[in-house]
Amino acid sequence: MNLVLAKNETGRALSDLLAVAGDRLPGAGAIADARRQAFDAYQRAGLPNRRVEDWKYTDLRVLMRDVLPLAATPDAAALTRAGRALKPHAIEGVRRLVLVDGAFAPDLSDVAGLEKGLGIRTLRKTMEAGDAPQAQLFAPDTSDAMVALNSAMMTDGLVIEVADGTVLSQPIHIVHIASGAVPAAMFTRSLLRLGKSAGATLVESYIAAEGAKTYQVHDSLVVSIGDNARLDHVRLVEDSREAFNISSAVVSLGAHAHFNTFGMTSGASVSRYQAVIAFAGEGSQVETNGVNLLNGRQHADTTLFLDHAVPNCASREIFRAVIDDRGHSVFQGRIIVRPKAQKTDAKMMTRALLLSDEAEADNKPELEIFADDVTCGHGATTGALDEGLLFYLRARGLSEKEAQALLIQAFVGEAIEQIASDSLRELAISAAERWLAARS
Amino acid sequence: MAAVQETVDRVRRIDVDQYRYGFETVIESDKAPKGLSEDTVRFISAKKNEPAWMLEWRLEAYRRWLTMTEPKWARVNYPKIDYQDLYYYSAPKKKELASLDEVDPEILKTYEKLGIPLREVEMLEGVVRPEGERKIAVDAVFDSVSVATTFQKELKQAGVIFMPISEAIREHPELVKKYLGTVVPTSDNYFATLNSAVFSDGSFVYVPPGVRCPMELSTYFRINERNTGQFERTLIIADKGAYVSYLEGCTAPQRDENQLHAAVVELVTLDDAEIKYSTVQNWYPGNSEGKGGIYNFVTKRGDCRGNNSKISWTQVETGSAITWKYPSCILRGDNSRGEFYSIAISNGHQQVDSGTKMIHLGKNTTSRIISKGIAAGVSQNTYRGLVTAHRKATGARNFTACDSLLIGDRCGAHTVPYIEAKNSSALFEHEATTSKISEDVLFYCIQRGLSQEEAVGLVVNGFVKDVLQQLPMEFAVEAQKLISISLEGSVG
Repeated sequence: MNLVLAKNETGRALSDLLAVAGDRLPGAGAIADARRQAFDAYQRAGLPNRRVEDWKYTDLRVLMRDVLPLAATPDAAALTRAGRALKPHAIEGVRRLVLVDGAFAPDLSDVAGLEKGLGIRTLRKTMEAGDAPQAQLFAPDTSDAMVALNSAMMTDGLVIEVADGTVLSQPIHIVHIASGAVPAAMFTRSLLRLGKSAGATLVESYIAAEGAKTYQVHDSLVVSIGDNARLDHVRLVEDSREAFNISSAVVSLGAHAHFNTFGMTSGASVSRYQAVIAFAGEGSQVETNGVNLLNGRQHADTTLFLDHAVPNCASREIFRAVIDDRGHSVFQGRIIVRPKAQKTDAKMMTRALLLSDEAEADNKPELEIFADDVTCGHGATTGALDEGLLFYLRARGLSEKEAQALLIQAFVGEAIEQIASDSLRELAISAAERWLAARS
Repeated sequence: MAAVQETVDRVRRIDVDQYRYGFETVIESDKAPKGLSEDTVRFISAKKNEPAWMLEWRLEAYRRWLTMTEPKWARVNYPKIDYQDLYYYSAPKKKELASLDEVDPEILKTYEKLGIPLREVEMLEGVVRPEGERKIAVDAVFDSVSVATTFQKELKQAGVIFMPISEAIREHPELVKKYLGTVVPTSDNYFATLNSAVFSDGSFVYVPPGVRCPMELSTYFRINERNTGQFERTLIIADKGAYVSYLEGCTAPQRDENQLHAAVVELVTLDDAEIKYSTVQNWYPGNSEGKGGIYNFVTKRGDCRGNNSKISWTQVETGSAITWKYPSCILRGDNSRGEFYSIAISNGHQQVDSGTKMIHLGKNTTSRIISKGIAAGVSQNTYRGLVTAHRKATGARNFTACDSLLIGDRCGAHTVPYIEAKNSSALFEHEATTSKISEDVLFYCIQRGLSQEEAVGLVVNGFVKDVLQQLPMEFAVEAQKLISISLEGSVG
């Protein structure tokens, strides 16, 4: 690849890496061109910093400093470690798809016996075959530097198609595992297309194998939900406490579609989840909820952008952050109601609970309204645990920690309750309980 | 929907005819040469007979300004401003007045037309003045200079200093030196730096310890001259235990070209002191095609330097083509309190990007933000606010409510709050809503015999009531009238 050397060190390290990684990146011709364009876009912007408004609270030049080299294809030892790590996170009754160090691991996944109407391929094969629609592959635009970087470097992922009228009986569970051979970065992208009147449940987990500490996850998810289709989505970030997780999602909904999504971040040193959810058809509904559970020096950023471009759609956002020690939680929620999107009903509520004097919570709930016949609102609160409630529980014989745990559980419960599926809700509750147990 | 559509159409028809202060006063004026250079800064400083330190201060600001770039983050669009195509100083000819009688009668007439009493006599001997009505001391600023300040004697008795800042620089240099630029430093932002270099006049208020200012103080700003920028600078200091209420009003003639207004206001409260600052901003908003109007780029900031001190901003923003204004409070003293009450109305092609910053630094500091935005026509109305609690600001409290009302489907209302808590004992609450006037409510009112306009008027008045209540009585009446004019056609 003919690459311009970047001015800053980060860029240079990466261009060397890109040149080295060249033939490991699947796809030729138009795909290679698109990669180069995306890479140029990334190089022009560099790592996001606080002067970029969307990244105001998450300055990657300070927090991340550098993009690590591309992870090696996992060897047998890596796959064994990944297999061990998988056990405690395995969920009963799901179709599991595992990505180890950014490469699909068929031996750890269930790809046999696909039900009718479900198609699963890997991104690598799709790109090598060159038959994926370009527009879908590179759907996220490159105006965000980290999305551009992901487009330039993506090595693998899953391409899932659910045909019209197919309602999947089994949830799909995509597990990202870092095997931890050496500090490295993995770049993945998954595409999910739900046809008309289709239904699916998607769970995404981010975990680390024993010994995996410093690594970087650069993931993206492109979803299109057809008319009258429904997607339930849960993502759990339980990466190593020294890892970075930078993930983006782009979701578009047809008419009368339904998207219920929930994200919980309790792992990673620095994480960012940015989602763009766009309404393309009337009468659709979105619930997007999330919880950040942070301690130590963790930094977690959730940035959501809801684009009401058409009339008669509804969206609900409920977000909770619990922050201990020197943790730093960021929530940026932006709702835009475009001129034609009359009868939009959009609500957003974000609450942060600070457990320590050194914890920090930054909230930026934004409304941009261009239509008049709408009801839109947002609320934001920040505060400590209620002394009165703590006293009440202590008076009834609970220890300080127990009382706190109970109140925290109730606090995050408000967001977890919004998960429609019972089994997924249980999953989120147990993840929250793991965090609380580790705390006491 | 039909009933509401009627309201929308009426609002849409609003033209400059509604702007009642659009006349121009023909007087001779003394102007600095067009454009901005070190010479312009020296010219202004010399005109004001300023001491050397002041000139140096200005020049430093000017040199810094040259290195800065215009901020672009606000949600406002305007053609590039040519800073060399402006007059930076314009004063009515015939200076050094011994008494009000020597003020150009044209200027007095201007203020009469605007309804601003400059003649103390009328105020004092007015037959109709009911018992106990408050007096207001007025400092009238015409283009670049202060033309009259009333009630000087009575204020002097109380120990209150209220004079044009140009005089204060000469007469009370120790006070000016001590406080000027300590709240809004010369390097603060592009427009504040520009102001520091070329400000020509403005008001200076000092209220000594323990004094409750016996009357409301008021400044009335008028831009008259063509192609001029107005750069006033206001500095108000309330010493320990002092209290002052200050009102500010602004108007300008109707002109096709845009005029620049870049003011800086600095407030300082020491222990137990309180400043209440009210603004009714009614600069010319431009015509129905969005031509002309004032660019209003204002930096207002209050510093609650002492313990138990309080600063309260109240603003009614109805004018200006572009408003870029964030009156802020730095809550430095323990138990200090900041308040921000705002009504921002945009119609026609107006663009408003306004809000506040509450910076909690001291212990047990509290702040309250009530913002009401009303957008009509094809205007854009943005609330942008920051609430932040420093690590050591234990017990910080904030309550924010920002509501927007949309009239018509071609306008926009936006809310961009930043809420940053770095302390676990900080308790922040924020809520925002956006809606249109409910058809049920309108129907209810109309059914009971109110006309469409009266009904909308009732709803809008109810919507902004929380803020209007904070205004001093004299201003509340004026503000209510202004709101009616701004939304004329929909408000009775």
